[in-house]
Amino acid sequence: MSTSAIQNISHNKYYNWLFRNLFSSWVNTLLTIIALIFIYQVGSFCLNWAIFAADFRYNFQGELITDRGLCSKNIMPGEYGACWAIIYARWDQFMYGLYPIEEAWRVNLVYALLPLAIIGILFDKIPFRKYFIYFTFVYPFLAYFMLYGGPGLSVVGTNKWGGLLVTLFLGVTGIGLAFPLSILLALGRRSKMPIIKSLCVVFIEFIRGVPLITLLFTANVMLPLFLPDGVNPDNLLRALVAVTLFQSAYMAEAIRGGLQAIPRGQVEAAQSLGLSYWQTTRKIVLPQALKIAIPPIVNTCIGLFKDTSLVLIIGLFDLLGIGRAALADMTWTKLYYEVYVFISLVFFIFCFGMSRYSLYLEKKLKTDNI
Amino acid sequence: MSEQVIQLEKVNKWYDDFHVLKDVDLSVEKGQKIVICGPSGSGKSTMIRCINRLEAHQEGKIVVHGTELTNDLKNIDLIRKNVGMVFQQFNLFPHLSVLDNISLAPIWVKKMPKKEAEEISMSYLEKVKIPEQAEKFPGQLSGGQQQRVAIARSLAMNPDIMLFDEPTSALDPEMIKEVLDVMIQLAEEGMTMLVVTHEMGFAKTVADQMIFMDEGRIVEQAKPEEFFNNPKSDRTKLFLSQILNH
Repeated sequence: MSTSAIQNISHNKYYNWLFRNLFSSWVNTLLTIIALIFIYQVGSFCLNWAIFAADFRYNFQGELITDRGLCSKNIMPGEYGACWAIIYARWDQFMYGLYPIEEAWRVNLVYALLPLAIIGILFDKIPFRKYFIYFTFVYPFLAYFMLYGGPGLSVVGTNKWGGLLVTLFLGVTGIGLAFPLSILLALGRRSKMPIIKSLCVVFIEFIRGVPLITLLFTANVMLPLFLPDGVNPDNLLRALVAVTLFQSAYMAEAIRGGLQAIPRGQVEAAQSLGLSYWQTTRKIVLPQALKIAIPPIVNTCIGLFKDTSLVLIIGLFDLLGIGRAALADMTWTKLYYEVYVFISLVFFIFCFGMSRYSLYLEKKLKTDNI
Repeated sequence: MSEQVIQLEKVNKWYDDFHVLKDVDLSVEKGQKIVICGPSGSGKSTMIRCINRLEAHQEGKIVVHGTELTNDLKNIDLIRKNVGMVFQQFNLFPHLSVLDNISLAPIWVKKMPKKEAEEISMSYLEKVKIPEQAEKFPGQLSGGQQQRVAIARSLAMNPDIMLFDEPTSALDPEMIKEVLDVMIQLAEEGMTMLVVTHEMGFAKTVADQMIFMDEGRIVEQAKPEEFFNNPKSDRTKLFLSQILNH
């Protein structure tokens, strides 16, 4: 067959699809046209506002924008769109909070190494995976040392951390710590040992029955009461404890769903071969249960990642907190849309990434076996 | 007298109020092949599942190789290492390849080096005549092939007793023979076998003893010739006429 003939066929296919799905009847055609007009209107307005009629660093007169009064839209009201200069001006804070800027390379290094630390867990068919996994276990210590400081590096207290750094710290560490904890909780909840079982049930139900905000307040105000005098964990650590516990309870329920879906025969077969409880759990039950539980687990991860923004109520400046601080600055006040759109975009990138990854994983595990 | 490997004395078991095993006595000698039949709900599966403690009995005594089954995990582990089991639903591990299914227990329970365990696994796959399926996953095999893998998986632990819980009941008719052939071969090699099945042809070929169970009791126990030609109880006669003439 000649190339043009192939093109013709694929063209025909394309037209057939259009005809069948969009223009099959006149009602359908009308709806298609109305929808297209709507999409065009909204889309062009958004693009215009965010890009074509927007200021980035300079206004329409070519001046560097150093306060909101210089934004084109505030000079010529109604003709111009977003004024992204606030993001440029506050970029360092959005990324590092109040982290000393001459030390910001440390944060950048931690950011840059993060993909290397998680790639070994996310993908199994990469070369040198073993070494990536080793690095995954080294990374938290390395990252903490780089961020907090220690021998050879000046100490930067967590009260100086902020912006994306706090969001990622709580999100990634929270998910990372909650995962093993939630597996233990889910197994405990199905345990035949009554005390362990009731402990797990009470823990999960208590945490799930309380809003995260309450937990954050509790951790902030009450945690010191439970600890010996002199031990005074800082705010960020308290928030991390609350976030981790919260996440582990939800993730445990997701995993329990997976555990319940494993037929009894699987455990019996493993037992009849002489495998111990932990061997059966590790080799037979969990690999199958976690696979089933991927969608709800990712769901809770996305939820948690967004919920980290609640820490602003206990005085931590995550991405959202930094945004609000920027808006409170008289130089930039009232540029709400720009700030919130930017923050939404950052959250969206991470959450959408997690969602895509979970779809990829589901597909991969489906074709791998069964 | 040859060596007694399994002994059940006055075993009783209840599921809540339901009395599944009533005063069951059984003694199995080394190398014996015992076929157990009976209507569904008669307790035959439960009885053999008690022998490797997949179910716990509440009264009476079960002794395997001189070790009594109690709540003591050490005894249970010891017995499970020597008693293999094949299930009606195969219960292969769907996330592991055929070879990994078989080598898993030798590696983790017997602490065998991976290479050695895989060689042994391959030899058992050859024994059940499907070495070419080693790299596949269970879901890609037919029912008969899966059940043969399950038998190989049990044998790889080198047990001296094999329990079969209706091994051919979930199979399409044309696949039953390939599984029974493997079991007959195993019987010829002298394995001690307890088989719950309704395959009476198989029973006639290999069984030393037939057991008929009903409502939690062993109603009749006899040599196959006698069992099939001259059953004593009416209940056995009725059952045999039903399954032999259907």
